[in-house]
Amino acid sequence: MRDALEDLELRLLLEGIHQRYGYDFREYARSSIRRRVWRRISEEQLGTVSGLLERVLHDPACMDRLLGDLSVNVTTMFRDPSFFRALRTAVVPVLRTYPFVRVWNPGCSSGEETFSLAIALREAGLEGRVRIYATDINRDVVAAARAGCFPLERMREFTANYVAGGGTRPFSDYYEISGDTARFDPSLVDSLVFAQHNLVSDGEFNEFHLVVCRNVLIYFDRSLQDKVLDLLQRSLVRFGFLALGSKESLRFSAHAGSFDEVDGREKIYRRTA
Amino acid sequence: MVVGTSWGGLDAVGRLLAALPDSFGCPIVVVQHRGAGSPAGVMRTNLQRRTALAVVDAEDKEPIAPSTVYLAPPDYHVLVEPGSLALSLDAPVAYSRPSIDVALESAAESYGPSLAAVVLTGANADGAAGAAAVKRAGGQVYVQHPADAERPEMPEAVISAVAPDGVDTVEGLAARLGSQR
Repeated sequence: MRDALEDLELRLLLEGIHQRYGYDFREYARSSIRRRVWRRISEEQLGTVSGLLERVLHDPACMDRLLGDLSVNVTTMFRDPSFFRALRTAVVPVLRTYPFVRVWNPGCSSGEETFSLAIALREAGLEGRVRIYATDINRDVVAAARAGCFPLERMREFTANYVAGGGTRPFSDYYEISGDTARFDPSLVDSLVFAQHNLVSDGEFNEFHLVVCRNVLIYFDRSLQDKVLDLLQRSLVRFGFLALGSKESLRFSAHAGSFDEVDGREKIYRRTA
Repeated sequence: MVVGTSWGGLDAVGRLLAALPDSFGCPIVVVQHRGAGSPAGVMRTNLQRRTALAVVDAEDKEPIAPSTVYLAPPDYHVLVEPGSLALSLDAPVAYSRPSIDVALESAAESYGPSLAAVVLTGANADGAAGAAAVKRAGGQVYVQHPADAERPEMPEAVISAVAPDGVDTVEGLAARLGSQR
């Protein structure tokens, strides 16, 4: 069974981080946060969660490293290509009926998904009529995402996903190569707004026609998922779209009744209440 | 109960489910290495033909119910929390996502002595560290006999890492598990 002492240490660590730095990981899914904390403990060559608590409280640089461990989620461009196909067929036709479209991509991390959305929406004919707000808890990754630079070695994978996701142009049209980096078209960045925003503690800041929040909620426990879903719901216009990760679901949530399912497999929902 | 397998696993898990009694109440989480692009639903349909237990593709925060087989989705880790499943996109562990070690370690943490780990055929050592965590937490470890396995490496790695509670053919393991769970 759960090691009661380690469980206590973990709760103290998360409480300490919250009180000292304001980041609230107390309702993150326990089993995966535990793995991430232990990875940091071993990197710091410490032996216990309490040892990490002591270092984090006294050394903000250690907190930055731990924040990276707890908040950075590596993903790929056009992850789940079938989602991007569904986006083009089921969501874009409705978005076209608005004079201007606002999209929110919370938990954007290093920006792979944000740039994927920007490309998909441009190819769907929404260029100049859409703004994507990309936010993340971690200020450093937001700043990196804004640069629109990704490792060249990942372009083969990104290109395959782009094509599978219904992309219509040579993918290389979207970036320039400089050394071992692929720098994405600055005109794509023009439609993006990057900002630090904490889903757990910050409130709504705009009304959106589409919220794409894929594979972010999986890191939260059930009760935090419900709170964040409440924020996402309040951030959507009536009949606005919500996209979750393909293995995430509203089924187990208190908000199931406020949404209609648009595409059950791709987890695209529409706010009805 | 958590079942981990890799190469040859679809057939081995099918044999295991077919040999377990229809009344088997203990929830089962199956972690099989598969490619990120594996077509959805094929493994579930295949396995469902061989058992009266309900076979489902696991989703995040899915409550764990009796007499149900949960399949770890490709390209996610599955973690076993008390009473529910959680998914994660953390980096692959030993090149694997889902990782059998990740599933077993979290399940050991959540279920301790009431957990049974079952490691079947596979061509790598994923599952050995997880099996050790299961034993440390007081749970039981069952391993397919290497001679019965399509690929013996994974069972052998577990056998050299821990003292298993049983090493047998898939049907032999099913008979033991069926009588105690």
